[in-house]
Amino acid sequence: MSRRPRLLTHLALILWTLIALFPVWLVIINSMKSRRAIFAEPLALPGPKSFDLVGYQTVLKQGDFLLYVQNSLIVTVVSLALVLLFGAMAAFALAEYRFRGNRLMGLYLALGIMIPIRLGTVAILQGMVATGLVNTRIALILVYTAQGIPLCVFILSEFMRGLSDDLKNAARIDGLSEYAIFFRIILPLVRPAMATVAVFTMIPIWNDLWFPLILAPAEAVKTITLGTQVFLGQFVTNWNAVLAALTLAIGPVLVLYLIFSRQLIRGITAGAVK
Amino acid sequence: MRFRPHILVFLAPAVLVYSALMVVPLFATLGLSLEDRTGGFAGLANFRTLFGDPRWAASFWNALGNNLWFFVVHMLVQNPIGIALAALLSQPGLRGAAVYRTAIFIPTILSFVIVGFVWKLILSPIWGVAPSMLDAIGLKSLFQPWLGREGTALTTLALVSVWQFVGIPMMLIYAALLSIPDEVLEAAEVDGLTPWAMFWKIRLPLIWPAIGIISVLTFVGNFNAFDLIYVSQGALAGPNFATDILGTFLFRTFFGFQLQQGDPTMGATIAAVMFGIILAGVCVYLFAIQTRLRRYQF
Repeated sequence: MSRRPRLLTHLALILWTLIALFPVWLVIINSMKSRRAIFAEPLALPGPKSFDLVGYQTVLKQGDFLLYVQNSLIVTVVSLALVLLFGAMAAFALAEYRFRGNRLMGLYLALGIMIPIRLGTVAILQGMVATGLVNTRIALILVYTAQGIPLCVFILSEFMRGLSDDLKNAARIDGLSEYAIFFRIILPLVRPAMATVAVFTMIPIWNDLWFPLILAPAEAVKTITLGTQVFLGQFVTNWNAVLAALTLAIGPVLVLYLIFSRQLIRGITAGAVK
Repeated sequence: MRFRPHILVFLAPAVLVYSALMVVPLFATLGLSLEDRTGGFAGLANFRTLFGDPRWAASFWNALGNNLWFFVVHMLVQNPIGIALAALLSQPGLRGAAVYRTAIFIPTILSFVIVGFVWKLILSPIWGVAPSMLDAIGLKSLFQPWLGREGTALTTLALVSVWQFVGIPMMLIYAALLSIPDEVLEAAEVDGLTPWAMFWKIRLPLIWPAIGIISVLTFVGNFNAFDLIYVSQGALAGPNFATDILGTFLFRTFFGFQLQQGDPTMGATIAAVMFGIILAGVCVYLFAIQTRLRRYQF
């Protein structure tokens, strides 16, 4: 290809990359500045004169950030584990065995990909109140597990249909039970697909605001997303604290994303090729 | 065929959790929309109130109209930019493609709380980042407190949402473009098509299915949206309800706010209407778009 279009391509991509990263960059650099510098030179990097971590001190002193992070971690990790385990089991049943109602069951589970679980909130809250689960992490875990299962079953069953039968049949001849085949042969084989599902399932759970707001707003079980939201509301005028809180909230997701980004991209590419 | 218990064991956990937390509550919510406040059967009375009672109808139609505009902005801005970025990224041998892809996807992984607040700060006249940047290119006169004006707040938030989610159409279309067989492109090149003509005549027709999927995902996402409006404008979706969409309307109705008490039955009614709208969109996609696209696939 000739050089001019190549140059224009890079220019266009760099321009959008800057647009995509600018707000994040702006928040991070200003979170480390003094109050005066934030207003006087918002675009400048923190220098020896303007460097100040007062925002972080305020946040770590006032907010229960560590507690919120812990709540988010527990809810996300447990939901994710349940989604992957239950989802893989169901996907295996659908992909491996021929039984009456197989297709119908697949369709039933797939419906949840398109219909948001949020629309059932009124009844979900009533159910949680009736069972006394309001303001517990279990309530969130149950909802997120249900929310994640449809996509997990869909992707994993597609993937499992592509596996060769030889290994499984050899194992059956050796006398392995169906459970042993699933846990010892299938699960290790579908690990790459599970990693993709994990990333897609994790991000919405970690970032969700709706269900923590409605099902678990109590201080002891607040997630980081809800905690940040409340904190930002209280400290609107303390810009140092607000910017530091935002940076702290961006941090964990950003690290996770950079670790998993290759897997995520590969997953989308593989999924869409089908 | 003999009964095989392991099938049941494998299926049971997923089906039970999914049914109990998703399917049953969804139908229970739909059922609740047909009840009155005391629990008696009310038929379609709640829907008549929602569409006809002046106190409810004005809010409902306002939210629905805003939601439609929110969706239109996404379709007009997000998808073309996503397609353009994907087309640029998918050029063979482009250096740094992985870096661009990773960077452009970053906003998508951030929570609405972060995104909404960051843009509120940037666009705020108090901080002055937006006006001083416009000043740098000689356009300071254009600056307005966009989020604070009734006429511009909704469009501004829709564009913020576009900024956040443009990575999704980009990735899906990028993947679709990569899956086009090389022979097809080579044949077109041999025929002497310019890159421009190649995009419009060869690539675009082949990625229509991906664009269809993206459109329905955008539709479902937009008509289920809540978080961005809530974190940047609050439950009252100000200024003067100019940014109120169905999600915030549902939240306010169901949960209550300030002087108004929460109303589960009317909340369920709004959720039922949202369910109808989303189901209609999904059906249009499945029956009209996807079946027609299948026919042209080779």
